[in-house]
Amino acid sequence: MLVPISWLKDFVEIDIPVELLAERLTLAGLEVAHIHYIGVPQQQVDGVNWPTSDHLVWDREKLVLGAIREIKAHPDADRLVLAMVDYGGDALEQCVTGAPNLFAYKDQGKLETPLWTAFAHEGATVWDGHSDERKLMTLKGRKLRGIYNKSMVCSEKELGISEEHEGIILLDPRDDYVPGTPLQDVLGDVVLDIELTPNLARCFSILGVAREVAALLDKPLREPSYDVVAEGASIQGAVTLEIREPELNPRFTFALLRDTTTQPSPELMQRRLKLVGQRPINNIVDVTNYITFEIGQPLHAYDYDKLVARAAGKAPHIITRLAEAGEALETLDEVKRELDAHNILVCDERGILGLGGVIGGAETEISDATHNVLLEAANWNFINIRRTMQSQKVFTDAGTRFSRGVHPSQAILGVQRGIELMRQTGGGQVAQGIIDEYPLQPETVHVDLPVSEVQRLLGMTFTVETAADILRRLLFDVEIDGDTLHVTVPDHRLDINSDAVIGQADLIEEIARIYGYDKIPSTIIGDDMPPQVGNPDLMLEDATRDLLAKLGLRETINYRFTSPEREALLIPDGMESSLPEGDYVVIRNPISSDKTVLRKTLLANLLETAQVNARFNTRQQLFEIGRVYLKRGDVLPDEVRQLAILLTGPRNASGWMDGNDNALMDFYDVKGVVEGLVAGLHLADVAYCRNDDPASRHTSFHPKRSALFYLGGERAGVFGELHPQVAQRFGLVDAPVLAGVFDLDKLFASVQDRHLVRELPTTPPILQDIAIVVDADVESAKLERVIAQAGGDLLKDIQLFDVYQGDPLPEGRKSLAYHLVYQTNDRTLKDKEVAKVHQRIIKTVQNRVAGAEVRM
Amino acid sequence: MLEQLEQQRTDALAELETVDDSDALHEWYIKYLGKKGAVTLMLRSTGQLPPEERANFGKRANEIKHLLNEAYAQREQAVRQQELAADLESDALDVTLPGRPRTLGGIHPVTQTHREFYTIWADMGFQVFTSRDVETDEYNFQLLNFPPDHPARDMQDSFYTTDDGVILRTHTSPGQIHAMRQLGENGTQPVRVILPGMCYRYEQITARSEVQFTQVEGLAVGRKIRMSDLKGTIAAFAKRMFGQNVSVRFRASYFPFTEPSMEVDVECFLCDAQGCNVCKYTGWLEIAGSGMVHPTVLRNGGYDPTVWSGFAFGMGPERITMLRHGINDIRYFWSNDLRFLEQF
Ligand SMILES: [Zn+2]
Repeated sequence: MLVPISWLKDFVEIDIPVELLAERLTLAGLEVAHIHYIGVPQQQVDGVNWPTSDHLVWDREKLVLGAIREIKAHPDADRLVLAMVDYGGDALEQCVTGAPNLFAYKDQGKLETPLWTAFAHEGATVWDGHSDERKLMTLKGRKLRGIYNKSMVCSEKELGISEEHEGIILLDPRDDYVPGTPLQDVLGDVVLDIELTPNLARCFSILGVAREVAALLDKPLREPSYDVVAEGASIQGAVTLEIREPELNPRFTFALLRDTTTQPSPELMQRRLKLVGQRPINNIVDVTNYITFEIGQPLHAYDYDKLVARAAGKAPHIITRLAEAGEALETLDEVKRELDAHNILVCDERGILGLGGVIGGAETEISDATHNVLLEAANWNFINIRRTMQSQKVFTDAGTRFSRGVHPSQAILGVQRGIELMRQTGGGQVAQGIIDEYPLQPETVHVDLPVSEVQRLLGMTFTVETAADILRRLLFDVEIDGDTLHVTVPDHRLDINSDAVIGQADLIEEIARIYGYDKIPSTIIGDDMPPQVGNPDLMLEDATRDLLAKLGLRETINYRFTSPEREALLIPDGMESSLPEGDYVVIRNPISSDKTVLRKTLLANLLETAQVNARFNTRQQLFEIGRVYLKRGDVLPDEVRQLAILLTGPRNASGWMDGNDNALMDFYDVKGVVEGLVAGLHLADVAYCRNDDPASRHTSFHPKRSALFYLGGERAGVFGELHPQVAQRFGLVDAPVLAGVFDLDKLFASVQDRHLVRELPTTPPILQDIAIVVDADVESAKLERVIAQAGGDLLKDIQLFDVYQGDPLPEGRKSLAYHLVYQTNDRTLKDKEVAKVHQRIIKTVQNRVAGAEVRM
Repeated sequence: MLEQLEQQRTDALAELETVDDSDALHEWYIKYLGKKGAVTLMLRSTGQLPPEERANFGKRANEIKHLLNEAYAQREQAVRQQELAADLESDALDVTLPGRPRTLGGIHPVTQTHREFYTIWADMGFQVFTSRDVETDEYNFQLLNFPPDHPARDMQDSFYTTDDGVILRTHTSPGQIHAMRQLGENGTQPVRVILPGMCYRYEQITARSEVQFTQVEGLAVGRKIRMSDLKGTIAAFAKRMFGQNVSVRFRASYFPFTEPSMEVDVECFLCDAQGCNVCKYTGWLEIAGSGMVHPTVLRNGGYDPTVWSGFAFGMGPERITMLRHGINDIRYFWSNDLRFLEQF
């Protein structure tokens, strides 16, 4: 919200620099986002930083208040005139100007009342009014159509007040104007741009901000006048009113102004409206806006004669009610609207006049021909107005204020001040009396606040007097009763709750805020320490991240959004989906077509990350740990933790010395990572099984080059080479893509709380090698199981050191070579003992593994 | 024989003088002192001499063997020295060539920032409590004092799901209710937790805003928790996170679930509070929202607000990571460009 300091000063004295005021407001919760300067210099205040402003500072000598005494014709140019300006010097200065708003005064001789304007001496710097870009210029003397000219009367654009350059500034006369007064002191201003949080609805006006300033600076508030000069015939009988939904329309007031003339508003009102971002239209419309911005009560003006005409010459009967099915309305913004059942309407007996509290209808609006004005100030339920603005997509200054909450007490003030300002600016007679229907009066809120509660929640002692003083500065009515404050909440506030405890909290916040958060001490928590429970799940997650990083992988964090189409890329043609059981969580308002659901797997997004990175990296080793979302019948989805890993590209990072070693990673690289994880997490009872059973296989992976990962007999993941068709769909075709997906909850369930350390043998081991030739499809794990069983206690370890296929072995046969390590912890083994066991192993292998031949 | 022996000695010593590398030295040793070396053989042939000569010859042969061994040892040391000196002078490397690359894994910067948070808050007795991403409107809003259609809801644009009343959490604050209900034992036990998690808001993805972002929220509920404790605790965190000399300021603000509410700013450490474009020339950086837990929220968590009180705060790890590393574009985090990740 824009707040001109000059307007603010109508209601409160400000005796500190604006920059300091802005800081105080910001700390009190009214965040000043920008400070706009008009003509006056920015001040440096110790300890307060604001961005340096690049505005035009008006030279106090060269830019002054001027009084135009006479307008003469230019002898040689119809489009130029000569303005004779009194700038406080000895003689009048002759300015050549083309300002169209001076032509009406041409050749009238000496003017009865001077035209007050902004005068620029030679050498003054102003904005170039004729330039489209922001450009400064300095006035120099030169001839204009034969007449020498060295000074200027200025437009708003030339002074940096607005973009207005149609004519020069003409101020309404004032008794205290003195020609030659520095312009800074007349038109100079500062506008604060304040961002208001939803709880600050009461500050959505100049007066509302003034109340805060008065409390912060401990100055009295000067309320505006709500007096009306009402000398016309009574309003009774001129209009009648019926409220059908008091919950939605707690109050409605009307005032009537007869025989007025619609005309441009006074210059000051126009200037102020422009400073808060409004376009002046005519005095009637301008007053409705002016009051909205000044005291926060939106008004709506009707052309009374049009209402009478609609009532066929009788007194209009105004009804507020909910919309009925099928009703429509064309509003002032020229939009034809289908109305919703919750929209509250202002109607007459002929039909709809407007969307209550938000926007009026086009038919009864004010025009230049309006002579009789019916002025509405009403109150509306803020929740309902908010719904209407959202469903009708209409955002107005009135609606914005009502949707945040305006107290119903303000309606009568708004209608009084509004009708009087209309009378003052347009003439006519205000009808005596006001129509005021007030079916739902909010109860006045009283809160009892023991000062000990302030202490309990803020951690510092306030005397009952200090607390009362702060609340009184905010216009609360406070009675002190021992150590308790009996507080009555003023009419303009809706934010203090009537619940005893919440109301206390609301008041304590006000005390702290105005006292200053910076003056509340800093302490350390003295309260009891809660039971310490830790978070073992998170520790395991982090341990897993660290392990994978040690294994050379990079952690990624991907979007948790995806689309079913993108995850479907993981299913090769003609195959079943291997995505986890459960439906998608579907987003009703997706931000884009690739983010329509929550992911069911980490794999698709990880592959997309690899695809993007492939432009710059041939070698990638990535992982992600995160949640996937599976709807399985409950209201809320299961959120399951997953781990996904991905490797692709050369096994070794490329360097200048290893040009010949660029072998690509394969299944055994990703298996190495998995084994690292198994060892690092101390997972027990691990098994790796083939992934080629059509009934149970994971289809996203290569059927022969991937493995299912089992923990304690339960499937907990899959890893290996990605199905080539899947890899190709993600554009990863230059190297095999090795990936893995694991159910982290299952993994962590298998982690032992603690593991026991193996004793370190003190005796030397005896190594025996064994080579076994078997059919190519015999799994190494099976051979190792047989060897281990036959080896018994003396066989401490089995280390595979070679796998060979090819000449001289026949087709379909392979040789596996192992180091067998014999050892005991307590004594040196005898060769004979070892030979016996070794023989037993050889025999068992030959007996138990079909087609096995052992070579020593 | 004896002359022969003396001759061997003379020859060997003369020859040893000319030896100047370890290979030649080794050859010399084999020639004279090896198993079949000249001196060894002569010594071994002592037995063939007449008995009266044996003692004398044997004694002399052993003397010579000993003498030659000593000469050898001396020579060996000289040769070694010489060779070491030569080695130290040869094969100079280009030390500016890059080394053999090792593969470095790494942890995502946002995770790293989370870990710093965890450590600092753990030292102050705050433990990590996690809760779900997909929430009900009740937990995300209503129990936190955002009634339906309340203007405060405009502050957070939600992602809705196709199930009525089910949304993606817009902040980690629903975790406050979960934590109080799960750990508070019907409002009888204090709670001190931090709540990390992914949050979601319906916003366009730009350099400054994301549809998903992490938050770390804190909650302390007890019988004696005061606003002064909130100030002191946050200031202690800020000093550890941003440096012991950093100043902290508290600005009044509004969140429906706290009262009083405040924003926390730290002095801009990028410009020493002189004003720069990151702090928008104010000298202050906003790092957290905070406040005293609203009585309604305490009640919804099972506590009697006339006896219990609490404070809460929330921070954005991405924003803090951006400030500390000069990152200008929030989209870097979830795009996972390795050229970015590898800088951490
Ligand atoms: Zn800065």
